Amino acid sequence: MEIFTLPDVGEGLTEAEITEWKVAVGDTVAVNDVLCEIETAKSLVELPSPYAGTVRELMVPVGETVEVGTPIIGIATDGEAGAGESGPGDEAGSSEPAAPTEPPTTPGTSGDQVASVSGQVSGQMSEAEQDAGSTSQPGQPVQTQAALVGSGPKADPVKRRPRTNRPAPAAQPPHASATSTASEPAPTPAPARDAAPAPAPAREAASQTPASTHEEGTAEPSALTPPSSPNPPAAPTPPQAPVGRGRKLPAAVGNAVQDVAGLWSKVLAKPPVRRIAKELGVDLTQVRATGQHGEITRTDVENYLAERDTYIEQSGGFWMPDSGDNEHRTERIKVKGVRRATAAAVAQSYREAPHVSIFVDVDASRTMEFVQRLKKNPDFEGVKVTPLLILAKAVIWAAARNPHVNATWTDEEILVKHYMNLGIAAATPRGLLVPNIKNANELSLRELAVELTALTKRARDGKTQPREMADGTISITNIGALGIDIGTPIINPGEVAIVAFGTIKQKPWVVSGEVIPRWITTLGGSFDHRVVDGDLSARFMADVAAIMEEPALLLE
Amino acid sequence: MEQPRPGAPAAQLPEGAVSLLDREGSLQRDERFARYLPYLDTLIEDRMRQMYRWMVTERRLDREATSLQRQGQLALWVPAIGQEGAQAGALAALHQDDWIFPTYREHLMALARGVTPRQLLLLFRGAAHAGWDAEQHRVQPYTLVLAAQTLHATGYAWGIARDQAGWDQDRRAQDGQITLACYGDGASSEGDVHESMVFAASYDLPVVFFCQNNHWAISVPSSTQTRVPLARRAAGYGFEGVTVDGNDPLAVYAVTAWAAEQARTGAGPVLVEADTYRVGAHTTADDPTKYRTAEEEQAFAALDPLTRFETHLRATGVLDDAFAAEVHDEAEQLAAQTREAVLGMTPETIGTLDDVFAHTYAEPHPLIEEEQAWHHQWQAGFADLESAPEVAGGESTVPVDGPEGAPA
Repeated sequence: MEIFTLPDVGEGLTEAEITEWKVAVGDTVAVNDVLCEIETAKSLVELPSPYAGTVRELMVPVGETVEVGTPIIGIATDGEAGAGESGPGDEAGSSEPAAPTEPPTTPGTSGDQVASVSGQVSGQMSEAEQDAGSTSQPGQPVQTQAALVGSGPKADPVKRRPRTNRPAPAAQPPHASATSTASEPAPTPAPARDAAPAPAPAREAASQTPASTHEEGTAEPSALTPPSSPNPPAAPTPPQAPVGRGRKLPAAVGNAVQDVAGLWSKVLAKPPVRRIAKELGVDLTQVRATGQHGEITRTDVENYLAERDTYIEQSGGFWMPDSGDNEHRTERIKVKGVRRATAAAVAQSYREAPHVSIFVDVDASRTMEFVQRLKKNPDFEGVKVTPLLILAKAVIWAAARNPHVNATWTDEEILVKHYMNLGIAAATPRGLLVPNIKNANELSLRELAVELTALTKRARDGKTQPREMADGTISITNIGALGIDIGTPIINPGEVAIVAFGTIKQKPWVVSGEVIPRWITTLGGSFDHRVVDGDLSARFMADVAAIMEEPALLLE
Repeated sequence: MEQPRPGAPAAQLPEGAVSLLDREGSLQRDERFARYLPYLDTLIEDRMRQMYRWMVTERRLDREATSLQRQGQLALWVPAIGQEGAQAGALAALHQDDWIFPTYREHLMALARGVTPRQLLLLFRGAAHAGWDAEQHRVQPYTLVLAAQTLHATGYAWGIARDQAGWDQDRRAQDGQITLACYGDGASSEGDVHESMVFAASYDLPVVFFCQNNHWAISVPSSTQTRVPLARRAAGYGFEGVTVDGNDPLAVYAVTAWAAEQARTGAGPVLVEADTYRVGAHTTADDPTKYRTAEEEQAFAALDPLTRFETHLRATGVLDDAFAAEVHDEAEQLAAQTREAVLGMTPETIGTLDDVFAHTYAEPHPLIEEEQAWHHQWQAGFADLESAPEVAGGESTVPVDGPEGAPA
């Protein structure tokens, strides 16, 4: 006998109610003859017979809701119709569908496993019905559920197949693991960067010795000379250049694609691969393609990185051995972001503003003493005091006496600023930035110290906001932090003057005809000659120098 | 529960819709449609008999598939009954190497292009993403993401246009290809259709947008989707749109043949709206009695394309009893083959889900490999597999990879 179990006639339904039997025990049915009507949470449907034969058992009474997978009818197929099965045979006399009071099957009626399962189910249901007077049943949620239309959300809680307790690695979502494996063979350039003996140690050494007096960590040599690349030069190209892209091209279309790619000298790669390459700083034109139609695959990018890293490791440092092709030993760094902005700004400034630079040596011993005194002053407790603070104050003081240095040149007008937004050039993780202290002229020495500290900290943390860099009126670049005596600064675009602060160190100095050690520094200044003539620049620098020599003049 | 709402479709064609066979099946050579009549004259009797064969066999297979779903053998079935006329007419109007971009209801087109019942139903068994080789039959896989295929059809047509750049009219008419972008009234509300039409118009692409307006987007009537016949939307994109009686295979043929020639010869896209009716449910998971009335169903049943076409063919002597009997026998055989094929979709014959992973991308893909490994783990973790290796039929979940075999 064939058993027909209740199918899922919707998408993910778990149960249905038998609303009407269209056949009775003993009826002959053909394939696709309607056996019964069922109602699910979604629809009322007829179930066609999957078998041809004689109906032997109706296993679920009308009105009963049963789970998907429950046996509902037994049909003896033509071949076995004569083979006497005692259980069903007994019931064959009954022409009525199984009545609630008469369980259609009992575990004893059939030796076969499926039938016994059905017997249990039906038996339980029947008992329940008897208890409840065949009105309300625990297993009849259909009445309380809103019927659904179409293939809307599932009405029934999904019943899950039981699972083993095995903590399978399946617990890990595939995406997460995919990401991690992807990154393993393809480390980001960061480690490579660390591996390179970049100029970093030299910097540290420098800042520990003579420049110790310049405590401003944001010492910025780069208004003078562009800073070394924010991406230290440790990512050389791989040992092998891309040999002709692609392997076998399966079709003419492949050739066409390749031809086109060659024409445009474009790289073929899917967007996710391009993204990965971008994130990892890989120039796709350098990657050997192995994909279909000469396309670069993710594996190609990973292999390229692995190869590159291996090569860097083998080269044992920054210098790379001669492989016969210097292209392989040349690192290409995309010009973008702050680097691009800096380049544009300094080029514009240098091209448009005729620079005049002057220098002056200064005995800053009194400034050093003043700084020491301020540090000990209770009013300055918790505030960072450095010689740069005194220089900033000196620039403000001197600008008030020579106002045209605090100005902007336009071709028609000179805009003299009766306020000072004092720019401080800063080497930051993003590159050279020149944030400014707004209305520095209004600040007390202590306030200025606080602002200076906050500004340099934000810059160092890479948190400088664009508005902090806007509308500067004059700038200072502190190149002395690296032990440099002095250089020629480039004016910040939109301004007409910049002061460079050289290192302060003890030097032999002649005082009253005697050579004695003094704390000496050199100040440099660059001025836009369109606004500031030699005379004015000299007066301004002399005033700044005067304060550095005698800070007490600030009291004037 | 939704009640049948006002604005339910009427069994009446919109003004100006092209109709050649009247409801009684007699051909009316209406001069208003003179533009299409020459195409009708190219339809030879053999081809008409073939259309009839397609319609009868599809309808029979459709019924068998519905039964198989009710018997737990298919996860889902999407009946196409009532739309055979529209599909047969459009298909007959195409060249053999034109591309069809189907929804999930173009069973007649797929079968007539040589897709076997087994290939067709693997998808509905949940055993394959697509059961057939698209290139071989020039029928793309069924697209269940509503309206996405219109973009694919447009993109493909773009490729065709580039391939055929520089061809003269004769060569285009002879060897030119087009794509048939099938969609329905529900999909017409998707942005994809809009984008497709904008793009197709921008580049004069050889695509025929073939909308089977069966008046019900699951439970939403077409009157909610649009206030005007959908064909009129084409005007907004600057190309022609024609509404045709979708229950009239000859009219659909003539209009589609005209549209195909327009697209093929470089005149750009055309929209053909076949006004038809979904006689059955949206899918086997749907119960249309919840949102439409028996009166409406009866009104449309009277328009049955198969009856109308058969009447016409008999009246014109194209079809006789012997041929009809032969086709019906064929349909029965096809139904039997279909049942056999589906019952034969055992884990041994349909393979594992690995095939699906293997064909997601053309080449190995790390993410897919991960997911496949994860799937293997998951698959191996069922308690019932461990305790009782034999899987009983009728699980409450429908496994997509290994449908149960025949009931115990």
